[in-house]
Amino acid sequence: MIDISSGISDQRIQLFSIIGSFALLFFILSLIKKKRLKEEYALLWIGASIVFATFSIFRPALEYLASFLGIHYAPTALLLMLIMAITIILIHYSTVISKLSEQTKRLTQEIALLRHEITSKKEPSDDSKK
Amino acid sequence: MSDPKICIIVPAYNEEASIAKVINSLHSHNAKLIIAVINDASSDRTKSIAESTGLANVITLPCNLGIGGGVQTGFIFAARNNCDIAIQFDGDGQHVAEEIPKLTAPILSGDADVVIGSRFIGNDEVTFKSTALRRIGIRFFQWLNSILIKQKITDNTSGFRAYNREALELLAEQYPVDYPEPETVILLGKNDFRIKEVFTRMEERDGGESSIGGLKSIYYMIKVTLSILITAIRPRIKR
Repeated sequence: MIDISSGISDQRIQLFSIIGSFALLFFILSLIKKKRLKEEYALLWIGASIVFATFSIFRPALEYLASFLGIHYAPTALLLMLIMAITIILIHYSTVISKLSEQTKRLTQEIALLRHEITSKKEPSDDSKK
Repeated sequence: MSDPKICIIVPAYNEEASIAKVINSLHSHNAKLIIAVINDASSDRTKSIAESTGLANVITLPCNLGIGGGVQTGFIFAARNNCDIAIQFDGDGQHVAEEIPKLTAPILSGDADVVIGSRFIGNDEVTFKSTALRRIGIRFFQWLNSILIKQKITDNTSGFRAYNREALELLAEQYPVDYPEPETVILLGKNDFRIKEVFTRMEERDGGESSIGGLKSIYYMIKVTLSILITAIRPRIKR
């Protein structure tokens, strides 16, 4: 009795994770298509959803991975992978934000210096400006 | 170096109460100084007051970058105007214009690349009132920095500094965004810039508030310590 119900729930989680990973993949692809997401930032998402879909479909691969990691309930390995994927993507975002803030800082400084140059050229009578 | 071109970088964020006095004191000390006020998107009248003196280059940042981003703007300005020396000078009135020659002398004589105006050197914390917590922080940075660059710098948080051409060009390229002072000591020390400290008299601040205080000071200590350690393990810059 218990074996059968756990078998059913195993199949269900497999079905859900297949649907979920394909939904994610198509959602990411549609965002790229609409140019709302740049390819370079989508690569990690696409990679994660393909890995996810693969392990959802080929259950033996997941079972093997789970036993390798010492996980008794195979779908937990999927969760672990999901958490790892999210962590990697978030770290990637932190690096992107750091780069953006450096670029914004540079632009802000450049705008300030350029505006100062323009205004000091407009007022040649003011001899203090160099 | 005959007739050196000296740029005074005055970072100012909401300093309407003191900025005019600071600019006038700098100008009356030495009319040849190029004064660059970096107005860090102040919400008060800092910009118009500084401009109305007619003695300063007022560079207004369109959005607030914090002290590091502001001072770095000054380094870029100094580098592009071919200045020989850049001096950091606070806009809140705590630094004294008459003390500037003390900072420039070791650079002009070629004895140092960077000169830090210290409140403490040879003068045990008398001239400047400090809270106990602040003193602990000051001691901590003295200890940490002397381990990392093998030179005792007594006043790592001092914002009264002079840099020669080579140093200001490096800082125009890279300068920490917030709480930059202790980190810069390591950055320059690790890259073999000769750092010298001289005692300078400082005033109580006229207006504005300290950028560090309360709960922020804990964040400050952790952030600066992390930045210092990372700066220390970074490879040397080729020069």
